[in-house]
Amino acid sequence: MNSSVIIFPGSNCDRDMDVALKKFGFKNKMVWHDDDKLPKSDLIVLPGGFSYGDYLRCGSIAGKSKIIQSVIDFANSGGLVLGICNGFQILTETGLLKGVLQQNKNIEFICKNVFVKINNSENKFFENIDKDVLELHIAHNEGNYFCSEGELKSLEDNNQIAAYYCGSDGKVDDKSNPNGATKNIAGIFNEKKNILGMMPHPERMIDQSLSGEDGSIFFENLLRNLK
Amino acid sequence: MEVNEKIAVDHGLKPDEYKKICDLLMRVPNLTELGIFSAMWNEHCSYKSSRLHLKKLNTKGKKVIQGPGENAGVIDIGDDDAIVFKIESHNHPSFIEPYQGAATGVGGIMRDVFTMGARPIANLNSIHFGSTQHKKTKNLLRGVVKGIGGYGNCIGVPTIAGQTCFDQSYNGNILVNAMTLGLVNKNKIFYSKAAGINKPVIYVGSKTGRDGIHGASMASAIFDDKIEEKKPTVQVGDPFTEKLLLEACLELMSDKSIIAIQDMGAAGLTSSSIEMASKGNLGIELHLDKVPCREEKMTPYEIMLSESQERMLIVLENGKEDSAKKIFDKWNLDFAVIGKTTNSKNIELYFEKEKVANVPIKFLANEAPMYDRPWKKTKLPQKIKFSNNDFKKLKFNDVIKKMISHPNICSKQWIWEQYDHTVMGDTIQKPGGDAGVVRVHGTKKAVASSVDSSASYCHAHPFTGGKQVVCEAWRNLVSVGAEPIAITNCLNFGNPEKKENMGEFVECIDGINEASEYLNFPVVSGNVSFYNETKDKGIKPTPTIGGVGLIKDYKNLMTMKFKSKENLVLVIGKTEGNLDQSIFANLILDERKGPPPEINLFNEKNNGETILKIIKEKLALSVHDVSLGGIMIGALKMCVAGNKGIKFYKFKNLTNIYQYFFSEDQGRYIIEVDKNNLNKVESILKKNSVHFDLLGETTDKEIIINDEPTFTVDKVTEFYKGWLYKYMS
Repeated sequence: MNSSVIIFPGSNCDRDMDVALKKFGFKNKMVWHDDDKLPKSDLIVLPGGFSYGDYLRCGSIAGKSKIIQSVIDFANSGGLVLGICNGFQILTETGLLKGVLQQNKNIEFICKNVFVKINNSENKFFENIDKDVLELHIAHNEGNYFCSEGELKSLEDNNQIAAYYCGSDGKVDDKSNPNGATKNIAGIFNEKKNILGMMPHPERMIDQSLSGEDGSIFFENLLRNLK
Repeated sequence: MEVNEKIAVDHGLKPDEYKKICDLLMRVPNLTELGIFSAMWNEHCSYKSSRLHLKKLNTKGKKVIQGPGENAGVIDIGDDDAIVFKIESHNHPSFIEPYQGAATGVGGIMRDVFTMGARPIANLNSIHFGSTQHKKTKNLLRGVVKGIGGYGNCIGVPTIAGQTCFDQSYNGNILVNAMTLGLVNKNKIFYSKAAGINKPVIYVGSKTGRDGIHGASMASAIFDDKIEEKKPTVQVGDPFTEKLLLEACLELMSDKSIIAIQDMGAAGLTSSSIEMASKGNLGIELHLDKVPCREEKMTPYEIMLSESQERMLIVLENGKEDSAKKIFDKWNLDFAVIGKTTNSKNIELYFEKEKVANVPIKFLANEAPMYDRPWKKTKLPQKIKFSNNDFKKLKFNDVIKKMISHPNICSKQWIWEQYDHTVMGDTIQKPGGDAGVVRVHGTKKAVASSVDSSASYCHAHPFTGGKQVVCEAWRNLVSVGAEPIAITNCLNFGNPEKKENMGEFVECIDGINEASEYLNFPVVSGNVSFYNETKDKGIKPTPTIGGVGLIKDYKNLMTMKFKSKENLVLVIGKTEGNLDQSIFANLILDERKGPPPEINLFNEKNNGETILKIIKEKLALSVHDVSLGGIMIGALKMCVAGNKGIKFYKFKNLTNIYQYFFSEDQGRYIIEVDKNNLNKVESILKKNSVHFDLLGETTDKEIIINDEPTFTVDKVTEFYKGWLYKYMS
């Protein structure tokens, strides 16, 4: 399977994502933001980081960069797009995903392990996944997902909420909400479920020596689904 | 403006220094030249009070590739891999403007590391604040933590360890020491020594503004009531530009275009150009009209003294300008040829076709003043005689609760959760352990690092304190299973013109040196920060030591977490029961006198090497060194980390339970061992003549002392982790 990771000026999880994708068998290419064409890919990843220094708003300038039109075209034709952390912020800025990511409720950067409950596994990202509660890692200052009531209703009606922050037992409550996100939302899909944006970083959890390895489950499953 | 003695004094120069400048030049300098002299001759750049003593430091070792004198030190970790590292202070600016001061401290030290061709792989920091009761402390702490995080998180380098300390001696002068480790191929290290004549001198990075003018002079001054007015001398950081600069520099370094490279840190363009030329014994000619400026009508004086961040000066091979420019264009960074190397051995500055300065470089570098300042020896204080009456009224459980939630002992999770400590995907020991550990990307190796200081010990007896800090760094590396290799030091002191402060400096260095030599733990880089003084009140002497060690196979990483119940817990090293200068004596008995705990370097080395052997033979399940708060605090931290309890066996060897549990005797470790392995561990310890005591055994949850359950680990965790969150909320 071919994947592409887009590098924006200020991306800083691009290498981590490259390492993870290759570890699980993707043939990954790195794509510079100023290119106008994407290599042939089964998956496009917008990695975490501080694209354009988070100037103006997180993800806003990247959302207007040269390569983005190709990403939008790719997504609209049904291609699989994954945005992690800053990648998620960029996807909301392009309009491919609904809502916005506001500053964390405690107005502090948060770096820690969290649990997320997979809410919808009828899609290429989570189909057949072995576990429905994953321990992943967050590292962000603006991960507090917000959308209008109408948008929330349509996300819920159309089963577009990908994952919720939860406790280790899978219970979704205020206590397990790290950043004040509406309804504990950790990630969402577009209507067709070929675009996933989420704040947690699976690529940082791919080895038992690291903070955990539930990220491996995510990548292994994704590759299986694409084959 | 005509330069005179008064203007020179306003620039921080002493009248006799000004006279020396006029004598050397055989004329009165113009204002630009005076500015350059004042920047190069201040304490921060010239090390005029410290140079004489720094020369004594042990800087050599088999694994040392580069010792002090470059942008950072370099050590060999095998297979052509080398680690570049250094610690640096940003104390003065952080007190005036905590966010920017701390942020640019982190930015500056990372530039020092990637200037040498290394990709930064880990950041650490040591921060000291005033009393927790002081009205400024909370805001300063919040600002500094946000600044450190704001910069490091954006660049994408994990902050893997640190140290935070509160003491009223920092009420008017906080300390912010930032350390960075970088990874480089040992055959591709870049240095700051220029070579060859008529080579283009290139300016890259951000544009030059009026920020930070006289920053280095400010960092060489004592504080008074009006210090807030110095805010404009604090530089403003832009981590995004630094990230671009990092990537662009590393890209340019992949071929052979660069002859020399130097970041523009303290004293900006002045010190970077002079250092490169001085090291190469060359002259340098700069055309200041060509410097990219962010503000209009900047004068040569301002351009030379600006401390705008995220800038580099490069001496390139001839003919490489176009290919180099392409790289900087790609990263949207300024690139300008601003001058060339010459054989004049002078720095010659031109502006609007006029020569605006011409000074022999040796006057600025080698002939900068060096002082042998008078200093006073500190006597070893008398030991305090504690009597049983002192302990009578104490309730053991209250003491435990107070100790574990003491600001200098409690968990610093509130701080490190604000730092990205996992980016780059190689952090295998995150903050909260004895040392932070990152894998050497793509290999089996891992690098461990820690930062330590012990100002109370250094204050009580600087020589012993100096030794102790080095040993503490050594122990922290040993505890994670790393072989200690080398250190970097950040020497934070008061006013060197006072003989007490100067004496503290001299004797701390002697102590550092003795331990460093004995442990074969050389100093490869560092920095000195004097004049940490406000209204005549100086800080406690605070040498901060950053240690670096190697774990050959990262799977052998050792942690301090108790692993399971019913394992044996041993204390390695002898407990004498000294309470002088301990947190217990200070907090519980209100006693601040007495000598610091003694350091026995033979035991230190022997115990550490024995622990490494036990780890290597896979006989230890967890390891933690005993430091502040003694055995009790050490053991409880292991409980909290592993979510286990401990049953302490009845102690035999000392008269007093408090002395046994809370003394801060040195050279000790606590280890967890499987019962079936006790004989093997015992035989290694005996063979190496290492003293040990059987402390107890791990339990599921309960902490049991003298057969009485006290707290559960959950309760202790609450005390340990809760304090700082509560304080900051």
